[in-house]
Amino acid sequence: MSCKRKESAVIISQERIGRDIYSMWLQTEEIGSLAVPGQFISMYTGDESKLLPRPISLCEINREKRQLRVVYRVTGKGTGTEHFSRQQPGALLGILGPLGNGFPLEAGAGKRVCLIGGGIGVPPMLELAKQLDAEKQLVMGYRDELFLTEELRANGELYIATEDGSAGTKGTVMDAIGENELAPEVIYACGPAPMLRAVKQYAEDQKILCYVSMEERMACGIGACLACVCQSEEIDGHSQVRNKRVCKDGPVFLSTEVEI
Amino acid sequence: MSAAAGDTKGANDMLSKCKANSGRAAVDQDAAGLDTRVNLAGVELKNPVMTASGTFGSGEEYSEFVDLNCLGAVVTKGVANVPWPGNPVPRIAETFGGMMNAIGLQNPGIEVFCKRDIPFLKQFGTKIIVNVCGKTAEDYIEVVERLAEEPVDLLEINISCPNVKEGGIAFGQNPHSAEQITREVKKYAKQPVIMKLSPNVTDIAEMAKAVESGGADVVSLINTLTGMKIDIHRQAFAVANKTGGVSGPAIRPIAVRMVYQAAHAVEIPIIGMGGITCAEDALEFILAGASAVSIGTANFYNPMATVETVRGIEEYMRQHKVRHIQELVGIVT
Repeated sequence: MSCKRKESAVIISQERIGRDIYSMWLQTEEIGSLAVPGQFISMYTGDESKLLPRPISLCEINREKRQLRVVYRVTGKGTGTEHFSRQQPGALLGILGPLGNGFPLEAGAGKRVCLIGGGIGVPPMLELAKQLDAEKQLVMGYRDELFLTEELRANGELYIATEDGSAGTKGTVMDAIGENELAPEVIYACGPAPMLRAVKQYAEDQKILCYVSMEERMACGIGACLACVCQSEEIDGHSQVRNKRVCKDGPVFLSTEVEI
Repeated sequence: MSAAAGDTKGANDMLSKCKANSGRAAVDQDAAGLDTRVNLAGVELKNPVMTASGTFGSGEEYSEFVDLNCLGAVVTKGVANVPWPGNPVPRIAETFGGMMNAIGLQNPGIEVFCKRDIPFLKQFGTKIIVNVCGKTAEDYIEVVERLAEEPVDLLEINISCPNVKEGGIAFGQNPHSAEQITREVKKYAKQPVIMKLSPNVTDIAEMAKAVESGGADVVSLINTLTGMKIDIHRQAFAVANKTGGVSGPAIRPIAVRMVYQAAHAVEIPIIGMGGITCAEDALEFILAGASAVSIGTANFYNPMATVETVRGIEEYMRQHKVRHIQELVGIVT
């Protein structure tokens, strides 16, 4: 049983931390005190012409102060994310959450753990790194421009991969794992499908326990509309077919549970 | 999840708060002398607000946000004789003032539905309307027969889903086929039958008359409008099915017009839907001739849209000194 709610959050700060990457802290009523790493919130534009809420992963959680940080990418002109980026501190923002299951912390506790993030899959790894009590190696993949690296470095051993080779290993997160001969016992990963596919393959070849955080276009965000399904290896109890709901059954799945 | 203990407590708090609220609402209603009850083919709903099939699951997910006891009825997501996997992703895309979906009627099949979803809904003081989908007349009949002894109040027959090739829509775009399938279903149905119409036709009045001739007890409209969206960055269709059903506030004027036309064509009650987000929207449909209304896509924009619409209709009745909701049905002619 979860406790999801819709609230009006207050924007505390809004900062551009990359070419199209923004960081926003929100003061919530309750959601901030309930959230766990790997969960997400749905953010509303308040504009019916942009009807659907935008699912955004949680980058940091301050449970005592009930504050949440989201780090998001503006995906284009006239988009919902561009609307969010223009909001100033003090403005209200409708949010729904906390949504999804989150990363199981106990699986990696005390172990040698790799946290793998790619692109806009990097932000949720920050709160996970902060809360996970383990030997942490953080492997982060970027196209070119880096973000959140200082904060990540404060919470684990940081390895960077960039597509253009401008920082760290030139190539993918998998190249960085190979180059640095990392040998994790547990993996947590969030990023684009090709990255997750490669991580899943690696984890299964090496028999490593691996959790992946999936992404798919969503409407309701709470498991009712069946828009955001992913393929499961076995028949799922809820759907009775090989579909799992990313928003409710996930977004975090065991790599062996899902097809990517 | 690790936060389970705290979460359960919070949810229970919310549930008891909601129950208390619904109790107060009932008292207010009596004191004001408002009568929001609606009769659909002998089934009495406490108010005209229900959910639109496919947007509300079987109510479980939304029960965390709304007290299902406050709704006139819950209309379930379409259920078939066997589990259906639905369409590939992406299944949805946002459109201006709405969205487009091509879920493809993913459903767990009637057996699991009867064991899990009906008992869940039975806990609440709301009517249960099961939306039935199928690929052939035999499929529909199998589901209708299976539901005969279940505590279900009404059946809604989906002959209008635009997102499955051989399903429903084959019956929903031709008046003769629509009449035939209605007649077939009526032979086996133990509950009153609602036929859900597609707007993707030339003459909606003709379709409404056809299902009425076939013996339909109620007609509901509109299902989604077939649309297409192209992602210019990927140079591909926005949903994997190429086409999808458009819903949301953007389609509301079309839906109101069709409800008005259907209301003038048939005697049976009409359930109106299509882009309703609030009481003001719902009232347009009621004034155009709908006895009840369904809220669909708006649930995604506002999970509390259904109960807020119930309260808003009551408020409108108070302001306009309307005692019985029936006094408003179809009065704009």
